[in-house]
Amino acid sequence: MSLIAETLSVHRSGRALLDEVSLSVNPGEILALLGPNGAGKSTLIKALSGDIGADSGRRLLNGRPLEHWSSQARARQRAVLPQELELAFPFTGFEVALLGRIPHHAGPPRPCDREVAHETLRVVDALHLARRTYTTLSGGERARVQLARVLAQIWEPVEEGPRHLLLDEPTAPLDIAHQIGLMATLREIAARGIGILLIVHDLNLAAAWADRIALLHRGQLVALGTPDEVLTPERIHRVFDVRATRAPHPVHGRPWIAFHGLAAVS
Amino acid sequence: MSEAIAAGAPPLAVLSRPRAPLALPLLAGGLLLSLLASAMTGPVALPPAQVAGILAAQFGIETGITYTPMQAGVLMEVRLPRLVLAVLVGFGMALAGAAMQGLFRNPLADPGIVGVSSGAALGAVGWIVLAGQIPLLGALGGWLGAYALPAFAFLGGLLTTLVIYRLAGIGRPEAQTFMLLLAGVAISALTGAATGLLTYIANDEQLRSITFWTMGSLGNAGWEQIPVLLLLMLPTTLGLFALYRLLDALLLGETVAGHLGFDMRRARPLLVVLTALMVGTAVSMTGIIGFIGLMAPHIARLIVGPGHRRLLPAAALIGALLLVVGDMVARTLASPAEIPIGILTALVGGPFFLFLLLSRRVGP
Repeated sequence: MSLIAETLSVHRSGRALLDEVSLSVNPGEILALLGPNGAGKSTLIKALSGDIGADSGRRLLNGRPLEHWSSQARARQRAVLPQELELAFPFTGFEVALLGRIPHHAGPPRPCDREVAHETLRVVDALHLARRTYTTLSGGERARVQLARVLAQIWEPVEEGPRHLLLDEPTAPLDIAHQIGLMATLREIAARGIGILLIVHDLNLAAAWADRIALLHRGQLVALGTPDEVLTPERIHRVFDVRATRAPHPVHGRPWIAFHGLAAVS
Repeated sequence: MSEAIAAGAPPLAVLSRPRAPLALPLLAGGLLLSLLASAMTGPVALPPAQVAGILAAQFGIETGITYTPMQAGVLMEVRLPRLVLAVLVGFGMALAGAAMQGLFRNPLADPGIVGVSSGAALGAVGWIVLAGQIPLLGALGGWLGAYALPAFAFLGGLLTTLVIYRLAGIGRPEAQTFMLLLAGVAISALTGAATGLLTYIANDEQLRSITFWTMGSLGNAGWEQIPVLLLLMLPTTLGLFALYRLLDALLLGETVAGHLGFDMRRARPLLVVLTALMVGTAVSMTGIIGFIGLMAPHIARLIVGPGHRRLLPAAALIGALLLVVGDMVARTLASPAEIPIGILTALVGGPFFLFLLLSRRVGP
């Protein structure tokens, strides 16, 4: 039971944005989605979350095709943090986190919904933002409040099956301390049995924190495996057009990549 | 350090407190007081005791309060229907405005923006000018009697909504709201031009009628309007109140509303039709009374916050309050003459809109 893409293809204007991509996001793991700009990373997240349709292939959420679940049942099993978020209304941080509980209550929020929102704000280290007005927060603060919102959406186990979290470049608006803080938080979340798929651009961040890496290039999945297996200098050269050298990280021993210039034009 | 934590990390009990918990009862009380004040105000003096006595007599309660038949007539046939109309139209316009601002995720959205108001105006003006010239239309109007003008205004509003809805269905899901706004602008321009053309060919008598109607007025209020208004407004009001969670989710964008479990392909048309119906109904009764749908939700948001469960009723009550007070001012400022209420709301609402535009509060 997991979130699965089976030979998933998405075409737009005669071009394949995704070309027969197959992968599965398993409970408890962090799967990092890497690839250069335009590789199809966001398209894959959108297709897996049901925002866009697939032209061929299947998407399975906990054993059933994605479109066979009702919108609400889907919302209890997976949460999505898009890259761009609009919110021009003066909710407090707490109220934003509470919006994540909408799929769980038919009427106004219950006391247990408030408890979850409070707890997820604490987990992402944003409790001090709970009473602040969202529109006055900085980019990084907003990102953390929104993360609390999507966490609140899938905080407790549901009978339909394991829960999943899809994040489109969650580290982009964060400083280095909060990037590392976020990855550590995602580790804790994964430990609760939640499968996490996230797009990152920093290869070293992915190498240090992800269980597995999926590498996309021109809509195709070119590699899927542990950071050690996927992030070879040759592959980095071929996919990202940069020259790189790899060494074991001096502290944790995972792959550590140093870049030294663009690939030679041949 | 512990002090900093206490100040920075509020406990759940603090966070769970609603903003302004007494706002709704206080607003309802304020509305009742404004109704009494407005009922007392006018050329015929009506002290509160007489108002109470006349009202009690309607329910067969003998209070012993003496009043003249003139006072009873003024209250029951002139002021009361007008007040009820003001309450319902203010309530409806504000509710539609709050819902539209949620639907468009734009705090500056106003019911006029989707073109329903101008569509309704076209319907009404079309009826006024063309009824005498097209026999079939005249016959239909004769059969509808006093309902003809509201019926055609409502029809115009509804048709505009359907056209805009078709136009807004084109394009990608995320672009549809944008398309809706642009379609509204284009339709407003078109209906405005058609209304202008009809005004141009109208005779003097029709012109006076058109002017009275397009400026917005509560002046032709009568009891016969109230049942129609109630019948149309009750389901729309209940429908919009029931959608408060959807409106909350929509503030994060249509995609996120989808992630939160709402089927936007069904939810969007439902919301569009409900708000359009509400505006069409209100406008068909009184003409274009602008800016209530902009001002009331804004004031409500400052008091109860942006959550729609309390925002919708608060905005509706404030809308009713604004229109009742506005009407009282319009009747007394240049007494015995009367300023059209639409002009008054535009005089107040225009600067209000500009202030919102200039302040950074409305966000990106």
